[in-house]
Amino acid sequence: MEVKDIKIKGIPHEEFNDNEYLEKYVEELRANGVGIVTGVLDDMINWGRSNSMWPLTFATSCCGIEFMSVGAARFDFARFGFEVTRNSPRQADVIVVAGTIVDKMAPILKRLYDQMAEPKYVIAMGSCAISGGPFCNSYCVVNGVDKIIPVDVFVPGCPPKPEALLYGMMQLQRKVKVERFMFKDKKKQDK
Amino acid sequence: MFDFSIVTTWVDQFLRTYLPEFWVLAIEFVVVGVVMLALYAVIALVLIYFERKICAFFQCRLGPNRVGPYGIFQSIADMLKMLIKEIIPINHTDKLLFYLAPFFVVVASFLTFGAIPFGNGLQAFDFNIGVFYLLAVSSLGVIGILMAGWASNNKYSMIGAMRSGAQLVSYELSAGLSLLTMVVLSGDLQLSTIIEKQSDTWFIFQGHLPAVVAFVIYLIAGHAETNRGPFDLPEAESELTAGYHTEYSGLQFGMFYLAEYLNMFIIASIATTVFLGGWMPFHIGGLDGFNQVMDYIPSVVWFFGKAFALMFLSLWVRWTFPRLRIDQLLHLEWKYLLPINMVNLLIMVGIVLLGWYF
Amino acid sequence: MEAIKQLILATAPEAVLEEKAHLTVTVAPDDLRALATALKNDPASRFDFLIQLTGVDEGENFSVIYFMTSTDDMTRQLVVKTYTTDRENPVLPTVSDIWGTALLNEREVFGFLGIRFIGHPDMRHLFLTERWKGYPLRKDYDASREANPVDVTSYPMSDHSETWVKGKDGIQHEKIQLFEEDDYVLNIGPQHPATHGVLHFRTALDGEIIKKIDVNCGYIHRGIEKLSEGLTYPQILHFTDRLDYLSAHINRHALCICVEKAAGIEVTDRTEVIRTIMDELTRITSHLLSWATMCMDMGALTAFIYGMRDREKIMDIFEETTGGRLIQNYNVIGGVMADLHPDFQRKVKAFIPYMREKLKEYHQLYTGNVIAVNRMIGVGVLSKETAISYAVSGPVGRASGLSCDLRKIMPYSAYGKVEFKEIVRHEGDCMARYLNRLDEIEESLHILEQLIDAIPEGEYCVKTKPIIRLPEGEYFQRVEAARGEFGVYIQSRGDKTPWRLKFRSPSMALVSVMDTICRGAKVADLVTIGGSMDYVIPDIDR
Ligand code: SF4
Repeated sequence: MEVKDIKIKGIPHEEFNDNEYLEKYVEELRANGVGIVTGVLDDMINWGRSNSMWPLTFATSCCGIEFMSVGAARFDFARFGFEVTRNSPRQADVIVVAGTIVDKMAPILKRLYDQMAEPKYVIAMGSCAISGGPFCNSYCVVNGVDKIIPVDVFVPGCPPKPEALLYGMMQLQRKVKVERFMFKDKKKQDK
Repeated sequence: MFDFSIVTTWVDQFLRTYLPEFWVLAIEFVVVGVVMLALYAVIALVLIYFERKICAFFQCRLGPNRVGPYGIFQSIADMLKMLIKEIIPINHTDKLLFYLAPFFVVVASFLTFGAIPFGNGLQAFDFNIGVFYLLAVSSLGVIGILMAGWASNNKYSMIGAMRSGAQLVSYELSAGLSLLTMVVLSGDLQLSTIIEKQSDTWFIFQGHLPAVVAFVIYLIAGHAETNRGPFDLPEAESELTAGYHTEYSGLQFGMFYLAEYLNMFIIASIATTVFLGGWMPFHIGGLDGFNQVMDYIPSVVWFFGKAFALMFLSLWVRWTFPRLRIDQLLHLEWKYLLPINMVNLLIMVGIVLLGWYF
Repeated sequence: MEAIKQLILATAPEAVLEEKAHLTVTVAPDDLRALATALKNDPASRFDFLIQLTGVDEGENFSVIYFMTSTDDMTRQLVVKTYTTDRENPVLPTVSDIWGTALLNEREVFGFLGIRFIGHPDMRHLFLTERWKGYPLRKDYDASREANPVDVTSYPMSDHSETWVKGKDGIQHEKIQLFEEDDYVLNIGPQHPATHGVLHFRTALDGEIIKKIDVNCGYIHRGIEKLSEGLTYPQILHFTDRLDYLSAHINRHALCICVEKAAGIEVTDRTEVIRTIMDELTRITSHLLSWATMCMDMGALTAFIYGMRDREKIMDIFEETTGGRLIQNYNVIGGVMADLHPDFQRKVKAFIPYMREKLKEYHQLYTGNVIAVNRMIGVGVLSKETAISYAVSGPVGRASGLSCDLRKIMPYSAYGKVEFKEIVRHEGDCMARYLNRLDEIEESLHILEQLIDAIPEGEYCVKTKPIIRLPEGEYFQRVEAARGEFGVYIQSRGDKTPWRLKFRSPSMALVSVMDTICRGAKVADLVTIGGSMDYVIPDIDR
């Protein structure tokens, strides 16, 4: 059997320092100025949203345990405002898909996502949620939850270390901070 | 002791010199309402923050610390988010009741909130049947919960609401009886008079053992009425996902959430008023020098200090104890608290008749 | 053994006896039930503990393999095999009325191979949905995603169970209603905080009282057994960690032993000791987590955080040596992946007194709490008979008075050298299970104490051939994982990949008794019982 030459290109460490790229884009876009009222309102709303992300308690397998660790004493995501894990999808803001999603679970995940109230975000935690991970060749594993629901942040690892998940969650906060709330719909109509 | 009624009377007089009676009243009502609402919201936010930090402290965590210094703006961020979160319309619900339920819960707690004396002369309305009024309106909230559970058309909600009904009906008895014990001691239902009577010593010290027993029972029953752990059966997270408010999202859920914290505050403040002398400073009869020093601390500080101390107690219980099971819950009430309470009431009547109190 | 052989030949004269690793009996399907009854009831054999039941596609026929042992003497093991040659419409008689274990296991075989068990009361798919096409463990199964594409539309669940019974004119199909017409059925799960993952209980309620539970698994069925058939042994190893991720190391240990024994690889003493130490550390983390989650289920959130906090200490130790926290990927065939970190011994030694201290704190915080005690004592009583019938082992089995600690009964690795107590209680309620776990942490600490200073020098890993082929045959290895008996069954045809690989999961047994012990309890008790059982769902679903 011919062994393929596999090259894995890791992300260079410096890139982790470049976390503000989203903010920079927005600054560029706003160079021509934004409406004072809407701009300030936007900022305020985004500040509120990004600092208060309540995750849904959703864990299917191994990654779920690491998710629990993140909530526990040492890592404590409450520091960032991820305080309350809600058990009812209606009250949650972000769903952390921690673990493998298999065919039988797929409709349920979709339904949970549909039941969540806007604005809702998705973090795919672990290689299973990203691509199927170790089970990607299996007959009944969904190869990535992005096939079912839109994902905002991917956190790779099997399982990702709690620090990695925290980083992912903070990335999500950054993403939320540059969103636009006011007149979003009007812009869409203009197009 | 600074009397806030000086300020309020002055404002009243001032308005009356310029405006007819009707407008004066209208303006005063609106102003008082707005102030109360603002206070209501602020207290809730402070409480949420307070609980998070204390819970973190019990659990060897740090708690929110990124938003503002020590994370003090955390609950404001939460509120902002909640305000603009989508409210999901749900099919197959009893629409009217579904939308009415959160208001019911909030209104009930707000009505109670209004009658609380926060400081010397700081009370929105002072009924001559104050204690009775407090008891009556504070139990209205359960109707909202029952409505929410029924209207959601969700089995978890339904079970949660049923539990809540059973719980409230039972514990309302204990709460009422233990307050009654104190009413026997004070001989009056009006809150201002009750506080006035405690100017020498607080009732909890005046009434010997029965007062202490009544106090403890009131704390337990009150805690149960607020639906917080270990009595959080109606929303038992690990059993019923979110209990009666499973189907609520956004602002509607926010109202339940707010009312929950406010109820905790209300229970603490009623206990403060009736047992711990409300805004009355700590006085020891005869020691005038000491009493005067105590008087320098403003009455509002006294009131909130006591209330927060009681709330700390209830948080402590909440974060330490496991949840009760429904039959244990009812046993506790009907087999222990209620009989003890009745005997306690009798003893108190005896003490008052014989004049054995300070 | 002679007596058993005679008993077998007396009940089923046509049976074929073979002396392999275990005594293996092959019987025709018609004789199966008679033989099974005899084996279970005869005092000489008393095979009352059916460890597992495996279906194998042997090519021209399907066979079902029953592993059994006796609670009189757990080292007495027997393998019974039966087969059917009908590939179109395979049927076999059920043994579910003889051993409770068979109830779920036969459903699993039905889902995987399409073998119908005649007389089984509930022949529904266990892991896959009703709309699934094909039977995945058949060798001619079309595993491509086109055959069964991902479908996200919701569909109603059937309220009927199916059964096939032998009637006058052949085999008849019957439908049985699961719940009564006016039952109040509450769906607990698949996404529910108390099910520890994605299990689905359909619970019929009468007020707060549970009338019946219908367990639905498969929401995390990842097809590990099928995947393994296409991978080499060192590759399969990493699946074991992800089965019961809380006893990741122990599971991997089991597969390593199994392969090593089959391939004749001798591991060094150092490896054995390291593996044992790691096993015990894993057991402690697992029990800590289960203590924590049980407390959380009962509403004490602080206890949950405390458990997680102390678990982090072990996670640190793991991370230094193995590089992984939850999933260590540490065992390899022939040894372990890397040598111990220089700090390892020091940290473990510091950890032991720390943990003892914390155990005291746990008892103070929770064991003595009136509410907790009242919620646990006398709740969810699992009788010894039920435990044996459903092959419940581990801390749960031991709480019901069943002495089943494989570390004591069939010592493997360094367990023969250390001294520890087997914790057995007889009450069988939640309290007993709860205390059992805490006591086992204590015993594990005791084992650690004995081993940590006695790690022999030597290689941590022996050199193995780059490609490991197992000689033709069947291999079975049982170890004591944190939740009970974990087993690995390998059928090899001399290839570098297994022909059939099956994991015996302890959690499956735990879930199968849920219906029995929850009846008559309250909804809140279901949560407590679930917490005290401490099943791990991916371990059931595989
Ligand atoms: S990514 Fe790895 S650790 Fe996470 S669920 Fe998948 S297999 Fe488990």
